[in-house]
Amino acid sequence: MLSPYTRRKFTDVVVRSACVLAAVIALIPLISVLYYVTRRGIGGINLAFFTELPKPVGESGGGMANALVGTLKLVFLACAFGIPPGVLAGVYLAEFGHSRFGKAVRFSADVMSGVPSITVGIFVYSLVVLQTKHFSALAGGVALAVLMLPTVTRTTEELLRLIPESLREAALGLGLPQWRVTLRVMLRTAAPGIATGVMLAVARVAGETAPLLFTAFSNPFWSSGLNEPTASLPVSIYNYAVSPYEEWHRQAWAAALLLLLLVLLLNVTARLLVRSRVGAP
Amino acid sequence: MSVSHEVSPLIRPRSWILTRFGREVNWGDFVFHRLTALLAALLIAALTAMAAAMFHGSAESLSKFGFGFITSRIWDPVRDIYGALPFIYGTIASSFLALCFAVPISLGVAIFLSELAPAWLRGPVGFLVELLAAVPSVVYGLWGIFVLAPWLRETVEPLLARTLGFLPFFQGQQRGFGMLAGGIILAIMITPTISSVSREVLRAVPSALREGALGLGATPWEAVRVAVLPYARSGLVGATILGLGRALGETMAITMVIGNRSEMSASLFAPSYTMASVIANEFSEATGSLYLSALAEVGLLLFVVTVLLNIVARLLVWRVGRLPEGGRL
Repeated sequence: MLSPYTRRKFTDVVVRSACVLAAVIALIPLISVLYYVTRRGIGGINLAFFTELPKPVGESGGGMANALVGTLKLVFLACAFGIPPGVLAGVYLAEFGHSRFGKAVRFSADVMSGVPSITVGIFVYSLVVLQTKHFSALAGGVALAVLMLPTVTRTTEELLRLIPESLREAALGLGLPQWRVTLRVMLRTAAPGIATGVMLAVARVAGETAPLLFTAFSNPFWSSGLNEPTASLPVSIYNYAVSPYEEWHRQAWAAALLLLLLVLLLNVTARLLVRSRVGAP
Repeated sequence: MSVSHEVSPLIRPRSWILTRFGREVNWGDFVFHRLTALLAALLIAALTAMAAAMFHGSAESLSKFGFGFITSRIWDPVRDIYGALPFIYGTIASSFLALCFAVPISLGVAIFLSELAPAWLRGPVGFLVELLAAVPSVVYGLWGIFVLAPWLRETVEPLLARTLGFLPFFQGQQRGFGMLAGGIILAIMITPTISSVSREVLRAVPSALREGALGLGATPWEAVRVAVLPYARSGLVGATILGLGRALGETMAITMVIGNRSEMSASLFAPSYTMASVIANEFSEATGSLYLSALAEVGLLLFVVTVLLNIVARLLVWRVGRLPEGGRL
């Protein structure tokens, strides 16, 4: 028989080891994904991958230049539609958001951030695609912007609230009107933190696939302008991965490597930005 | 920053906008306030429009099938008859399975990060767990098709069939693609959500409770069990529900590994189909308004359930402390 004290010590060690084990198990998939994506994707990355259009089935070679440009286009549109309203709505919540209306906005943002991205796709389909009668980069950009909006809003609000009130008082004391204090003192001080939040939001939408399936759709060729179906990296990865062709699988891995690098780069940069500057979470 | 062109308040000409109290208002302030309020209202409008669009889109299916939509097993685009039960079953079963895997692991991670880990390890491990959330869904799906599913087919499923094959859960053909793969993929994707919210909840527990237990001679684990966990319980439940909300709506990764066959089988080896997957697979190819409408109704169900779950989860988490920075969870 163990003494009660020894038993308690023993339980303590067992549970603590279990927690360490849990952390290790949680990280295994990350390591495995990084390993396989690098190993199987690196072979497909070459100049043609960045400069050529996809080749038809059966022909080897070809690239994903159109999907690469398409993703950049979609992310740019998402930023254009999502960031300015998001930041200003966040400013409203931080500066005037104590009313019942402010609470309702905050609540909507929180609920919206939990809505599945595929339903956002259906929403934008009926909002844009049904009205314009065709799939387009514009619709895809709107879908991604809707996904970004709540994150950007709430991040901006949280970060503005961290700025010391004395800064505002000092600026008001100099005779600046309130709106200029908000824009040029408060918002500027919080800017690095907000940039971090925005980068994380961009990283998230850059990899989104589900809402693009029936908004931006996909396109094996170049799409000109914003009004045509547009290929993107995530949707191309999906289409290639579920296809039966060996050659396309290779392209899917290469595209996944590129997408993963893009997303991880944004994440790491965002964290470094937090660490090195004030006004961050 | 130049302020020289600002006129002193004493000699500023009267603005033409007066508030209710007859006080002068700066006209820039007035415009700024209204403009930001308008954009804030955009969020409410977007959510309302989303609900309205989903209801509008599914009106035809709602009126034609009514309540039978969620109890019928027949999904037949050729005869134009739609019942979503297999998808509802697949969604609930895969999410439940994911919670079974993810909750113990996430709680372990959260306790490790907030209570046990040495300070120098918390940052890096926390960062890595968050990177898990940063990997795009479609990349998990790709990995699921070419790494996870073959591994399950060749190693895990034969092993389970040999040892636990007398249970109905571990019988049938071993394909790799199926409910088990779906549950694992979802578990991987919701672990960061549950563990980061749980960690914030545990951090919100006053340290006096912890110190009191330790001062009375409790071991570190006993302090967590008797002092920290009871205080944090509702928040941890909230974290789990947030994870459930994510699992229900997750689309790409699970579509790529669950097999996409609308069967309802007790076996974890059998293929299944989820609500999000059927929308992803069929929406852009759906012909006929009733077909589209039925798919929109599946989306509506998903929308309503996830919205309700999110509301409940947030209320529970708020009871313990405030949400992590950014609020996107």
